[in-house]
Amino acid sequence: MTNAATEAVQVRSLEKSFGEWPVLWDLDLSVPWGQTLVLFGANGVGKTTLLRILATHMRADYGSVAVAGHNLRTRPQEARRRIGVVGHRSLLYDDLTCRENLVYYGRLFGLKDHGSRVDDVLEKVRLSSRADHRVRTLSNGMQKRAAIARAILHEPDVLLLDEPEAGLDRESVSILGTLLAEWTDTGRSVVMTTHDLDLGLDWGHRAGVLRGGKVNFPDSGSTDSGSNTGASGIRQAVADALETER
Amino acid sequence: MTGLLGPIMVIVWKDVLLELRSRDLVVSVVVFGLLVVVVFNFALNNTPGRSEELAPGILWAAFAFAAVLAMNRAFVRDQEQGGLEGLLISPVSRDAIFLGKALTSLIFMLLVEAALLPVYAVMLDFSALSWMLILTIFLGTLGFAVVGTLFSAIAVQTRSREIMLPVLFFPVLLPVIIAAVEASTRAVGGETFVGLGRWLPLIGVFDALFLVVCPWVFGFVVEE
Repeated sequence: MTNAATEAVQVRSLEKSFGEWPVLWDLDLSVPWGQTLVLFGANGVGKTTLLRILATHMRADYGSVAVAGHNLRTRPQEARRRIGVVGHRSLLYDDLTCRENLVYYGRLFGLKDHGSRVDDVLEKVRLSSRADHRVRTLSNGMQKRAAIARAILHEPDVLLLDEPEAGLDRESVSILGTLLAEWTDTGRSVVMTTHDLDLGLDWGHRAGVLRGGKVNFPDSGSTDSGSNTGASGIRQAVADALETER
Repeated sequence: MTGLLGPIMVIVWKDVLLELRSRDLVVSVVVFGLLVVVVFNFALNNTPGRSEELAPGILWAAFAFAAVLAMNRAFVRDQEQGGLEGLLISPVSRDAIFLGKALTSLIFMLLVEAALLPVYAVMLDFSALSWMLILTIFLGTLGFAVVGTLFSAIAVQTRSREIMLPVLFFPVLLPVIIAAVEASTRAVGGETFVGLGRWLPLIGVFDALFLVVCPWVFGFVVEE
């Protein structure tokens, strides 16, 4: 991972409305390199909207957003090269095999060694045995794992995950947790949303609650996953923040 | 241009592979094209003396309806399975995405027309072995593919996409269809390039215009 940008994600004064309905406003956010930011929030507060803006799939109405040092308004293509996205849909074609889908995305991202890279990521998500099966024949959990393989295929600097644990069994969640830990250990960053408080606090270095169009940090500090001495306090603070929202 | 060519070919490769797996587009459009020509042939009471006069009109009516059917499917699979979103978050320019999809549509349409033309030639009693006719069909189909790809991208985002596409498609393509029918009438009559007069260059000019304007508009269409 090589990047001169000081922050993996930098958002300033972000605003986004749908018609007359404001979703995000005056939102500031920064994610340092090598960290996982977990965003919590009730349904409809704009978690997915924020991730879609970070993924360059949606334009902000106002404000500046930079991912891996690239301003999304002026240099979206460079930013896209550095971003991996796992959303609610796998973005894979049902009638292509896992391998064909990944080769397709590898070529779109201009990977020179896409053949070996595809084998690597399929191994990482434990789908090697189903590599040549059509996506439509895979279970939802396997499709999600294939989507994770797609997202990490081009070794992005920033991973954006929207409720990545949804539909995954315990083994798959464990694979994903290991993968994310490896990801941040190599200095890359992750922004993820989840409704699973335990999982989110376990995986994240920081926990934010999206509320009133802004990201609030109840912990107002970082938590080292695994050894967070104040974990119960942070858990309570996040739970309280979520409860207030409801 | 080389930066565009790679992604364009990747998109074409993916769409051709998907079509080979499902075969739902080309087969259904060929069947539809055959039905259209059979209906027109009987409805217009085509006789040997009138075929030169009627054949080009029937030919282009069938091609135009078949194009609408094909274009309706151009983005459906991408939209339903998230492939369009996958393309939009990849580092591929919107121009490359548009041109890839348009090239795929052009290839599919030309394949369909290659299958239909000999049948039409037999049923409507005209010679399909005319370079002028083939050139006219190619240029007309290029216009269909480029405009159809743009409007398909618009229509697929609406709830009534099957209705929306022809409503948008035919008014814009009317000059191309008229020019293609006129050029084909002369080509079927054995005229040379000079004999085709202004019609063939007119299709060429419209194609060039569409090739400049449509990729540019596409960038705005897919922006969320």
